[in-house]
Amino acid sequence: MTKHVVLVEDEANIAEAIRFLLGREGWRVETLANGHNAAGVIRAAKPDLVILDVMLPGKTGFEILAELRSDASLAGMPVLMLTARGQARDREMALKAGVSRFMTKPFANEEMMSAVRELTAGRVS
Amino acid sequence: MVSLNHLIVVCLVYVAGLFVVAFLAERAALRGRGSWLLRSPLVYTLSLSIYCTAWTFYGAVGYAARSGLEYVTIYLGPSLVMIGWWWILRRLVRIGRAQRVTSVADLISSRYGKSNLLAVMVTIMAVVGVTPYIALQLQSVTVSVSIFATPDLGAAQGEELNQNAAFWVAAGLAIFTLLFGTRNLNANERHHGVVIAVAVEAVVKLVALLAVGAFVVWGVAGGVPQILARIDASPISDWNTGGGRWTAITFLSAAALLCLPRMFQVMVVENDDERHLQIASWAFPLYLMAMSLFVVPIAVIGLELMPEGANPDLFVLTVPLSLGQNGLAMLAFLGGFSSATSMVIVATLALSTMMSNHIVMPLWLKLSDVGAQQSGDVRTVVIRARRLSIMLIIALGYFYYRASGGSGALAAIGLISFGGVAQFLPSLMGGIFWRGATRTGAVAGLSIGFIIWMYTMLLPSFGPDAALSAAVFDNGLFGMAWLRPQALFGLSGLDPTVHAVWWSLSINALVFFVVSIFSFPTPLERLQGAQFVNVFDHSSGPAHGWAASQGRTEDLMIMSQRILGADEAQAFFAAQALKQGLVAEPPAPTPEFVQALERELAASVGAATANAMIGQIIGGQVISVQDLMAVADESAQILEYSSQLETKSRQLSETAQELGHANEKLMQLSLQKDNFLSQISHELRTPMTSIRSFSEILRDMEGLTPAEKTRYASIIHSETIRLTRLLDDLLDLSVLENGQVSLNAQRVNLYDVIEQAVTTAQASSARQLEIRRKASAEEVMVYTDSDRLAQVFINIVSNAAKYCDALVPVLDITVWREEANVVIAFRDNGSGVPVEGQNLVFEKFARLGNGDADGAGLGLAICREIITRLGGQISYVPDGGGARFEVRLKDLQFDDETKLNFAV
Repeated sequence: MTKHVVLVEDEANIAEAIRFLLGREGWRVETLANGHNAAGVIRAAKPDLVILDVMLPGKTGFEILAELRSDASLAGMPVLMLTARGQARDREMALKAGVSRFMTKPFANEEMMSAVRELTAGRVS
Repeated sequence: MVSLNHLIVVCLVYVAGLFVVAFLAERAALRGRGSWLLRSPLVYTLSLSIYCTAWTFYGAVGYAARSGLEYVTIYLGPSLVMIGWWWILRRLVRIGRAQRVTSVADLISSRYGKSNLLAVMVTIMAVVGVTPYIALQLQSVTVSVSIFATPDLGAAQGEELNQNAAFWVAAGLAIFTLLFGTRNLNANERHHGVVIAVAVEAVVKLVALLAVGAFVVWGVAGGVPQILARIDASPISDWNTGGGRWTAITFLSAAALLCLPRMFQVMVVENDDERHLQIASWAFPLYLMAMSLFVVPIAVIGLELMPEGANPDLFVLTVPLSLGQNGLAMLAFLGGFSSATSMVIVATLALSTMMSNHIVMPLWLKLSDVGAQQSGDVRTVVIRARRLSIMLIIALGYFYYRASGGSGALAAIGLISFGGVAQFLPSLMGGIFWRGATRTGAVAGLSIGFIIWMYTMLLPSFGPDAALSAAVFDNGLFGMAWLRPQALFGLSGLDPTVHAVWWSLSINALVFFVVSIFSFPTPLERLQGAQFVNVFDHSSGPAHGWAASQGRTEDLMIMSQRILGADEAQAFFAAQALKQGLVAEPPAPTPEFVQALERELAASVGAATANAMIGQIIGGQVISVQDLMAVADESAQILEYSSQLETKSRQLSETAQELGHANEKLMQLSLQKDNFLSQISHELRTPMTSIRSFSEILRDMEGLTPAEKTRYASIIHSETIRLTRLLDDLLDLSVLENGQVSLNAQRVNLYDVIEQAVTTAQASSARQLEIRRKASAEEVMVYTDSDRLAQVFINIVSNAAKYCDALVPVLDITVWREEANVVIAFRDNGSGVPVEGQNLVFEKFARLGNGDADGAGLGLAICREIITRLGGQISYVPDGGGARFEVRLKDLQFDDETKLNFAV
């Protein structure tokens, strides 16, 4: 069974890069360019992983994360958050909100992929 | 021996002569001639001599014969006032002239808020106080006539004859006064005729007294050394005067000079020129000295020559008569007659003015409810009121004379009058020197003083068992010993005069002072008080009191005609109209005009009545805070001080507020800086993320297709360009914001700038945008930096191309002139900027579109900075349709100075 990731990212070039990297490792990548109904899509799709940008049109990554974490049926779903703002405060907020991993842009491709592997180890057959 | 008929003929001729003088003087005054005499300090000084009445003329000799040198006090008081206190007189005269005061009652009433109550009180007190004085004149004339009528000089005159003579003398004086004082209908005119007649009489009485004196010294005694020897031998030279009485009488006569209605009349009301006072201040004491010069010699010779029991009050007459000097006796008689008549005329004139202005007119105004607007001439009412008053006053004098038995010494009667009018002194002096004096204080002081005077001086003067029973004299009122009229509060053993003066005046002054302190003046009182006390500071007086435009000029005119007479009223209105710059039209009822009119009317009918009359037409009186502040300098200072405090505290709170704002702004700036850094970080990291990721892919991944390689390389390339542009924008903005930018300003054609901008924007846009322009409207010269302006236009056009969401995007560019500006409007046909973002469009990083825009959100922020630097404005104009931006620039044609303001 193919691994399924929902990527919420408004920068087309970044989304393309991530899509390329994950695709090479066999992931099926579903990309959303804004945060409007990201939570709904994720709830319906129940993906193996969510990659979430913070600064998004519509809803911020934090808001989407809060929605996901308040839904018991999604308990344990790994969420990787990416931010270009890179302030310590954001990291604390993200950890408090129950993020699985928090990464600052720009990232090394290898760093990203090992994070994905770690987060999904044991969950994905 | 001169017969009675003889005497009457001489009197009539004399009176007729006075009439002629008065008539000529009045005619000259009317024609504006003879003012060298009519308005001379000499006439002014002579008119003051009505201070010397028959009491002085006859009575001083009697006084000296009875009490020695004490008579000098009567001259001493006024002389001291004239020489030492002439500045008080100057103040009175200044106030009198500034306020058009008609009498002492008018002055006091006007000072205390134009109070009618005070006017009535003072009037009644003056009438009561002066009545004995008029009786005294009646007595002196009657007695002097009877001297000629009875051959037996020393014997007591027939009672019946005396009574009859007194009646006819009173009637004669009344007619004389009526003819003199109210002959002409101009009630407000100064009485030039009367003043001249009084001056003539002053000369006659002085000459008469000097003549008798000279006759006594040189004709009887045989020279100065002889008379001095006789004086030394006489009992008169014994000093038998107590210091208390001396002081009291000097003080009383000084007070009388200031308070007597007739003295006020000649000194203040009839005064033509304030400078006359300077001359009068030495000339009048000189006159008094001349009048007193021969008093002692006549008294000494009289005592020697005349039989025991002869009336010493008549020595001036009886000494020449007994020595067969009929002509000299006749002259002396005329001198006494002059003294009496001049006093009665002026005193009754003054009193009748007070009665008609303060009692009759207000009653008439109240009773005829249409008042001043009623048909009929107010002047006839005034004149009739005055005539009635004159008759009433003389009648009162006559009855007092009958009641007091006509036997009292002249000097004693005179002092009673002095005591009565002296009660005005505290209110009068307090009123012109003390701002704190109030109406309530004046009413209280006057009342108590007057009651004490009545009880201790006037009523006892009728003798025991006349007005007051002997029991009251001995045991006090209601048997209370401390209320004995001549030993009030147990203060016995004093001379009755000293006793009465002491108690009445000291309690009067004390009550006036204390009540004034504990009562509050009305605004009008404060206003008048300030004007009176500060008369030298602002004698012109600021206009105040009446609200404008409430009165109609016609009504005021009708009323004025009835009071002033048609000619005078018209002249006054014409003069006022001229002052307002109006020709051939009535003056506007401005507050200044109404104020002037009130003063003019006050000169006729008194302040309180004039105020009431104007009030009937104008309506309420308005005293604004500004008026009070303008005149009441103490309260103004307090107000100013408190307003300064208010300003200070307002400034302080403003400063605190500013500091608060500044602090808030700093906080905001700090927050903005954080946000800005965070934004910059985001804007830089985003393209760098793509660059890093794709460059790693290109480096690390094997088996990439050539197409993939090319694509990823071009992504890296475009993201690099994006980074570069971002940095350029940031630097540009920073330079613009710091004002370090150098502008290359020159005259450019707006068309060229727009053309350049449109071409550039279209070339770099991915999407085609139809642009509609009107070239002719764009042919405008502007003085500006064309590159910077083009940068702004490019940004706007590019934004339209990027964000306009219409299916076929269209941008209209319109240019027009508006006042001093050229306006360039850009409007597309999309859905425009959402409402919540409209006031953010020019903020940094305010990206409002969906995420697909490639700009960092600095474009419009830069545009705003540029346009501001160029001296213009850029704004987003929500007009319901598409996005609409307007740029306003200074129109060069309109303002060539623009380039001067361009220095950056």
